[in-house]
Amino acid sequence: MQNKEKLLEVFHVSKVFPVKKQQLRAVSGVSFSISRGEILGIVGESGCGKSTLAKILVGSLPASEGKMILNGEDYTQLNGKEKRKFRRNIQMVFQDPLSSFSPRMKIGTYLCEPRRNYDGISKKEAMKEAEELLEKVGLPKEFVLRYPHELSGGQLQRVAIARAIAIQPALLICDEATGALDVSIQNQIARLLVELIEEQNMGCIFIGHDLALVRSVTQRIAVMYLGRIVELLDSEHLEQKCCHPYTKALLNSVFDVYCNQEAEIHLLEGDPPSPLQVQNGCAFASRCPRCREKCLSSVPELKRVEERHLAACFYPEG
Amino acid sequence: MKRKMSPTMKKAWIRFAILVLLTLIFVFFALFASVLAPFDPLESHYADMLKPPNSTYLFGTDQLGRDLFSRILYGGKSSLLIAFAVTAIISTVGILIGAIAGFTGGFFDNVLMRFSDMLMAFPGYIFTIALVSFIGIGLPNMILAMSLTGWTYYARISRSLVLSVKNNVYIEQARLGGASRIRILLYYIIPNVLPSLLVNIFQDIGGKLLTISGLSLLGLGSPPPAPEWGFMLSEGKNYMYSAPWMLIFPGLVILVSVVIFNLLGDCIQDLMNPKENVW
Repeated sequence: MQNKEKLLEVFHVSKVFPVKKQQLRAVSGVSFSISRGEILGIVGESGCGKSTLAKILVGSLPASEGKMILNGEDYTQLNGKEKRKFRRNIQMVFQDPLSSFSPRMKIGTYLCEPRRNYDGISKKEAMKEAEELLEKVGLPKEFVLRYPHELSGGQLQRVAIARAIAIQPALLICDEATGALDVSIQNQIARLLVELIEEQNMGCIFIGHDLALVRSVTQRIAVMYLGRIVELLDSEHLEQKCCHPYTKALLNSVFDVYCNQEAEIHLLEGDPPSPLQVQNGCAFASRCPRCREKCLSSVPELKRVEERHLAACFYPEG
Repeated sequence: MKRKMSPTMKKAWIRFAILVLLTLIFVFFALFASVLAPFDPLESHYADMLKPPNSTYLFGTDQLGRDLFSRILYGGKSSLLIAFAVTAIISTVGILIGAIAGFTGGFFDNVLMRFSDMLMAFPGYIFTIALVSFIGIGLPNMILAMSLTGWTYYARISRSLVLSVKNNVYIEQARLGGASRIRILLYYIIPNVLPSLLVNIFQDIGGKLLTISGLSLLGLGSPPPAPEWGFMLSEGKNYMYSAPWMLIFPGLVILVSVVIFNLLGDCIQDLMNPKENVW
């Protein structure tokens, strides 16, 4: 982390979807910030609002409340042409490699698109850059003539990353970018991402549900539960310092090769409550082993536990 | 950096070449009917009425002694012309309307689609017949009537295809890549939608040939002395037993031309598929 200036600041972003006459709170009151060169991980179970948050950050979904500031510019309310121009600052890599490619567009054309659209350079120049980009992500430049279905998932994901960095965005969002790949490939892609982010000094939000992978890639981790960030801390201290019961539960569910096979696995009971219901208390209360009266009546705010460590729990475990 | 073609793809290309050649032969005969026809299609040879096929009259003659071969050539000219014109008009108009409706959605989509629902509520063939008899028979009127009833089909298909494509992740990706709405429509949506439509278009040329033949069989095509395949069939049916060639040859050209266009449509679908899994 060379310079500590804030790249992206997010204040109390919420997203509410109307579902029939009810309201579905997919994301509620999320705030965090990222500095240049930093990789922030976001983990949480399916349906906790990770992808919705990504879509809001990238500007595909309007936020219901809140404010997002990138490099000092508030882009929450941008529209039309300005929004399209702003989009170059935040690029995204999606989960399923194949579906993020138009089946009839050659890899080269695909890689040319951002530069041609944003900077209006000629097709010839863009093609040359496309070849350079391919080599940068470790693919042969002959791939410009291939169609997406001729590449493997890992290769496609490399191409997707190449396209995302083609216009040197300030922020890269990887929405489960390694989720659909083999474990061995996941590692390669993750390493490639880390390298590129360091090289280009961008910020990155790395979304995933594989806690082990996310921890190895990122500097800080935000744990999400039912649309809220429940804990935010440095990745290297995740195991020792985490204090939210949900983070503990997540950590307990991580398998690794050396894990004690005899040890009992502590499973969380029940399902998360429906995001349709308005709760009074902590969203995690119904599944929390340490739940007390206060947890049922009021919502815990994300509070500072110690230096660089926030948690939303009334009774954090030591 | 040329890449090798798979054998299945090669086979499809060969098939395509043969079909295009056949189509071109048809078009060639239709275009140069006036040069190639041995006789005037309207000229009667009263000495040679209802002659079976021989060296002078390749396909025989009809009840007025007119050369069937020449009549079929001239008939092809108007039939193919109408079929191509109608298909070109309705596919362009229909695809554009459908794609815009599907892509923009909302009010425009509703209005257009309800209107096409309204048109589709009538049976197409009967509606065409009614229109032709209302505005009068003749070539331009036939094109008009068939176009008015035909475009809804394309609007429907292209709209639903666009709807299935427009929520793909790669459209989202395109937007992030800075593509404008028009660019997304032209570079991302249309290329993924067009191949399935092309099949329909080519098969529809065959269908339109049938419709034209049907209309002229009912006497709603070009006014009588003018040669037309369907009308020739309808004349021939009165001589089914004494002069079967009057039925066989027009019927055969209708059959062959329709089959060629249908196969061409299939073949194009195979070729447009970049995944190369042809059969």
